[in-house]
Amino acid sequence: MKEMPKIDKADEMSETKIAASKVQVYYGTTHAIKDVDINIQPRSVTAFIGPSGCGKSTFLRTINRMNDTIDICRVEGEILIDGEDIYDPKVDPVQLRAKVGMVFQKPNPFPKSIYDNVAYGPRIHGLAKNKSELDEIVASSLQKAGLWEEAKDRLDEPGTGMSGGQQQRLCIARAIAVNPEVILMDEPCSALDPIATAKVEELIDELRENFTIVIVTHSMQQAARVSQRTAFFHLGILVEEGPTQDIFTNPQDKRTQDYITGRFG
Amino acid sequence: MSEHTVSSYDEELTAIAGCIAEMGGLAETTVTNAVSALVTQDLELARATIKQDGRLDELLGEIEVKLVEIIARRQPMGGDLREIMAAGRISNDLERVGDLAKNVAKRVIAIDSDLKSKKLAIGVEHITELALGQLKNVLDAYTKQDAEAARQVREADSEVDAIYTSLFRELLTYMMEDPRNITQCAHLLFCAKNIERIGDHATNIAENVYYMVTGERLPEDRPKVDETGVVNA
Repeated sequence: MKEMPKIDKADEMSETKIAASKVQVYYGTTHAIKDVDINIQPRSVTAFIGPSGCGKSTFLRTINRMNDTIDICRVEGEILIDGEDIYDPKVDPVQLRAKVGMVFQKPNPFPKSIYDNVAYGPRIHGLAKNKSELDEIVASSLQKAGLWEEAKDRLDEPGTGMSGGQQQRLCIARAIAVNPEVILMDEPCSALDPIATAKVEELIDELRENFTIVIVTHSMQQAARVSQRTAFFHLGILVEEGPTQDIFTNPQDKRTQDYITGRFG
Repeated sequence: MSEHTVSSYDEELTAIAGCIAEMGGLAETTVTNAVSALVTQDLELARATIKQDGRLDELLGEIEVKLVEIIARRQPMGGDLREIMAAGRISNDLERVGDLAKNVAKRVIAIDSDLKSKKLAIGVEHITELALGQLKNVLDAYTKQDAEAARQVREADSEVDAIYTSLFRELLTYMMEDPRNITQCAHLLFCAKNIERIGDHATNIAENVYYMVTGERLPEDRPKVDETGVVNA
């Protein structure tokens, strides 16, 4: 594994990529997220953990306005990325989602070739002037996703023909292709076997050099392995957030302690 | 603390705490027996004490297997993780306490003659009493998860050190008075040093109990009173 700059110095800790304050999310009359304040640091991995239904995925989806697609869903409060309010009416959600990419639980490649899966985003966003530029983007995205060696000789084959782990890395390559700044991952490994999981985790660790990553995971061991900071959600509330090593060795809130030690959830 | 969703996990943790308690009790008796064999020159008791130490080694092995198993199967976190780490270190300290007591018992056999001075015997008994008190208090702190009691144990170690320093000086005087005392006094000096080391292990345990309970390390600046390094013989 290559050397990586450590993001644990105090002066870098104060940087903020995503600043959420007083965020509320309602599904109809259900108050799903209550008063969440969190600052997420650039070029690091932040893990959201918590029992099912705690709101961690819902909150993740507010960061690229995926909740806009749900009619009964209403978001209040403020979420700033680089100081800009992403819920400002002037913001185009499609452009926002190019800047804030997302990877889902189940690998969901388009029913297209491996090449076209990765090229799709750059094409619709007009990121390449010609075929050779597009080739370049596809190749570098697949390289960054650690998939190039496995994919370079079968770029014309359907993405859906790959193994589950390869498909998930293809989805990560697809997310990277539009040159995002933030990558949201909603349980990206829960459908993968341990080896494929390890590859994705290795990839996440490499990606944090260039991207801000927020990952929702049900596996506390995964949160402990891949993240620098961890946030624990419970019943729609952000209970505790801090350096990952502190959350897993010396959590301050009893609810966090009970959850990570397997006492409820 | 409330119980784990998986109840067998609780049973495993309880079993480890039980093993530590058993080791603690055994370590205490081993020390008591070794010193009483020394003071009364009871060779029979000394031999029995040496045997007793073997059980501590066995228990340490059992705990290590249990700890490795629980780490592999449960991936303990938070307070559980600290408890597991503490159990590993505390059991090691207790095993060392047993070794030190065994060493005292072996010296009883090596000395194999009545102690020259009643006063010396009283000195060794006194430091043993203090060290054993420390051991007992820290084991209680472990069982009750009492960080404050653990902190006090560490503070009190300076008393053990102070007694050791004075015993050291006393033994030097005896050796200077009559060279025929040297063999016995040298053995006694090692015995006293062993007992003083038992106090240090109690301190180690105290630090681990404190960390286990609070998640914080005790600050390093502990008063040091063992001055034997600077005494001019």
